[in-house]
Amino acid sequence: MSEMQLNQKGAKLVDILSGQEERILAEWMKEMTGSTRRGDLIKESELRAECTQFLKLLKQTTEAAGTDFQSPSFGPMREMLGDVSRGRAQKGFKPSETATFVFSLKRPLFDQIQTQYKGDTDAMAAEMWSLTELLDAMGLYTMEVFQKSREDMIRRQQEELLELSTPVVKLWDGILALPIIGTLDSARTQVVMESLLQAIVQTNSRMAIIDITGVPTVDTVVAQHLLKTVTAARLMGADCIISGVRPQIAQTIVHLGINLLDVTTKATLAAAFSVALQRLGISFVRDAAKS
Amino acid sequence: MEKIPILKMGDFLLVTIQVDMHDRLALALQDDLTRTISQTEAHGVLIDISTLEIVDSFIGRMLSNIAAMSRVLDAETVVVGMQPAVAITLVELGLSLPGVRTALNVDAGMELLRASVKATKEMYGSRLH
Repeated sequence: MSEMQLNQKGAKLVDILSGQEERILAEWMKEMTGSTRRGDLIKESELRAECTQFLKLLKQTTEAAGTDFQSPSFGPMREMLGDVSRGRAQKGFKPSETATFVFSLKRPLFDQIQTQYKGDTDAMAAEMWSLTELLDAMGLYTMEVFQKSREDMIRRQQEELLELSTPVVKLWDGILALPIIGTLDSARTQVVMESLLQAIVQTNSRMAIIDITGVPTVDTVVAQHLLKTVTAARLMGADCIISGVRPQIAQTIVHLGINLLDVTTKATLAAAFSVALQRLGISFVRDAAKS
Repeated sequence: MEKIPILKMGDFLLVTIQVDMHDRLALALQDDLTRTISQTEAHGVLIDISTLEIVDSFIGRMLSNIAAMSRVLDAETVVVGMQPAVAITLVELGLSLPGVRTALNVDAGMELLRASVKATKEMYGSRLH
């Protein structure tokens, strides 16, 4: 398609749009209300503003660059669609509801074409085809952005979860505790291991307690990871104690034939803490006057 | 040629590795250290690897070997200041350095050496009586 043809097509769309904005807008809004306008998620005034801006941009862009959505002139248009789509993804719209924003414009525009090209079927078909192509491309783009923003959200949440779930806490001068909650997999263990070792260096701690009260199951892989963490801490000069071993987990460990003999294990965090204090040579005395 | 200095501090030898270890350097260190231990009759060796950032299986095994050799020569070895990344690498390589004592820093390592030398002396002392 030559530049001129494109421009001609664009010009036609401009003809259709110009002077009719108000009517198209009204019909478009009606169309959306009929199908999927979510009054609970977006205000009418907000939607109207979006639609008005969309039509304005559509007119401007097609005037300049025709109906080729890939052309760079569609940059602002794409940006606007992206914002609309991302906003809807955050507000909790369904994918179909988001796509309808663009697709529901078809009927008002087609109606307009029909009235303008009465009798000239060839021109009408051509015009409809190019308009459909443009709107489809826009709809697909909206979906793409929608999907991407959803994926970004999930990825961000995963990362946050990973960070949240591996806090290293200081119990005493020289004693760290790492309460693990949830299932340990390779990726998480790597984070756990790194944050513990980093904390050992930073706080100069000689003792580290890994509390696995919140770990539902221990299999060979998890046990292997735990052992690796303990060994790495030992290489750096810190002693590790594993606490919170539940009866079922103790049974599983023995049945699996995992050798935890070199590691100090305690039933509770309190017991592990008292062992750690003992190794550091710290002891508490109950105040006789207060007891 | 580069050389890793071995410093004598009282009863102990202090080795600080501040350059990238390559194989030849590691072997030279092994030679030097064993010779110095027997010359000075040191009772403890402290190897500071806090600036060492890259290790491979050879260096790992060398650390383990040095510890074993020193023990034969009646000197306790303590490796101090291992970086987290180095520790993880060694564990992943399957080198858990059994028999090598470790400490967080030079201070802690010295304390450990002193304690172990004292314990040895007490043990022999009690046997003599």
